[in-house]
Amino acid sequence: MGLREAIDSGQFLITGEVAPPKGCHFEHMVEEAEHYRGRVHGVNVTDIQSAVMRASSLVGCIKLKEAGLPPVLQMVCRDRNRLSLQSELLSAAAMGINEVLCLTGDYTTLGDHPQAKPVFDLDSVQLLKAAKRLMEGRDMAYYPSRKDPTQMVDGEPLEGDPPVFTLGCVVNPGAEPLEPQIMKLRKKIDAGADFCQTQAVYDAGVFERFMEKLGDCPIPILAGVVVLKNPMMGRYMNANVAGVTVPEWMIEALADKETRVEKSIEIHGKLVAELKPLCQGIHMMPLGWDKYVPRILDLAGIGPVA
Amino acid sequence: MTATEQKTREEILKMLENDETIFIVGCGDCATICQTGGEVEVAEMKQFLEESGKKVSGTLIPESACQVLDVARLLRQQKEEVAAADSILVLSCGAGVQSVVENLKDKPVHPGCNSLFIANTKRLGQLHEWCSTCGECVIDEYGGVCPITRCPKGQVNGPCGGTDQGKCEVDPEQDCVWTLIYQRLEHVPGKEKVETTLYGAKNFDAGRHPRKRVFEPRRGG
Repeated sequence: MGLREAIDSGQFLITGEVAPPKGCHFEHMVEEAEHYRGRVHGVNVTDIQSAVMRASSLVGCIKLKEAGLPPVLQMVCRDRNRLSLQSELLSAAAMGINEVLCLTGDYTTLGDHPQAKPVFDLDSVQLLKAAKRLMEGRDMAYYPSRKDPTQMVDGEPLEGDPPVFTLGCVVNPGAEPLEPQIMKLRKKIDAGADFCQTQAVYDAGVFERFMEKLGDCPIPILAGVVVLKNPMMGRYMNANVAGVTVPEWMIEALADKETRVEKSIEIHGKLVAELKPLCQGIHMMPLGWDKYVPRILDLAGIGPVA
Repeated sequence: MTATEQKTREEILKMLENDETIFIVGCGDCATICQTGGEVEVAEMKQFLEESGKKVSGTLIPESACQVLDVARLLRQQKEEVAAADSILVLSCGAGVQSVVENLKDKPVHPGCNSLFIANTKRLGQLHEWCSTCGECVIDEYGGVCPITRCPKGQVNGPCGGTDQGKCEVDPEQDCVWTLIYQRLEHVPGKEKVETTLYGAKNFDAGRHPRKRVFEPRRGG
């Protein structure tokens, strides 16, 4: 069952995440995604994540689809203007990739090409609206009519049946202040988002506070779980990732190299179990530890997806 | 005003490597406030160039280097010093440099500064970019605080996920403009509107380079 059907039938949603290679060979990415088979409703393919140059999300999605896995196309606003973003959406639909996660994107200077021109022609709300508009069979075109220049052309019609998308968005539940984050999430929902995946959560209490502040929400929220692999990664995230706090006890628990993997699986299994009753899904971001995701889900009492 | 910084001495010498005699132009306006092309800096540059083995045939500090015709008039007044120079070094923003270029058809003109931004000055030596001349002012929607300029991503519908503790992920020294907008909207009307409006895509054609504005100046008085 794909993400669309799972959302419509009100299932507890599970998604995973893989990253395209910095190179032109996708075999390893597809191998990693294999671990998700039968366990998730969708596998996100990141879009030049952290502004570190890589092969494209769209091709990654095509590779997953060829392998019979359900891709979710991530699209960020950092690298393309509205012409290119709409074009990519149409191209995705043409390849049968209909699940799209719309994000602003990390700023260029956070990555490995800090001198690159940041685009940000649209923001995530406007990208969602653009995708929704394509679903209605027209684009964002807006220019003076050639017949009557006093009249503006507001959207050019698309040829043939319009594309169909299931649109996702993101939110950072740990950011302070929280009020503007929730305000923007509400705009994303108004703009047409069908589901929401969150930034990494390590403290179920913080996430619960976010869900309480959010209140009634018409779309499913998938709590984001970035698998902590070692203490260094925890310290790095605490120092560098906005709104993400890895508790000290968790960092200490992974100190011993010998027991690290087992400890990590246990900790994240428990975390997912704690998050599960608070929301409508889990988004796993294992950063290469994809092979342990089934065990984490098992520990949290989440079996194979229908 | 336009914020500027001087290029490094090494960069300046590299630009001037084939020139023996230099004429220096400063600016009595922004570059004076920025301490990059005022009287003191022009004198310092003259001394530096002379110590580096160059000759300085003359200096000139127009009231505002961006006034093309005024620069023309002043250059004519120092015609001989200008003619004696192999090139001109201008200590002002890029607009000032091009005022000189516009007036000296056959003389190399070098920029001595980098133009940075339209600056608000809080105190001397503290310059901030609050307006980026996008050509279509939207700040009435945001309590008068510009999200296009004061957010690296120009986020008009709310903050990105990279903000925390009111700061910006791109530069943790900077406030997240959305925290500033929310603080401001505690005191002035507009919060509900900003929270419920889905602002559309910006018209970047309003900022298409090169821009010009021609108007009929008011006469008399």
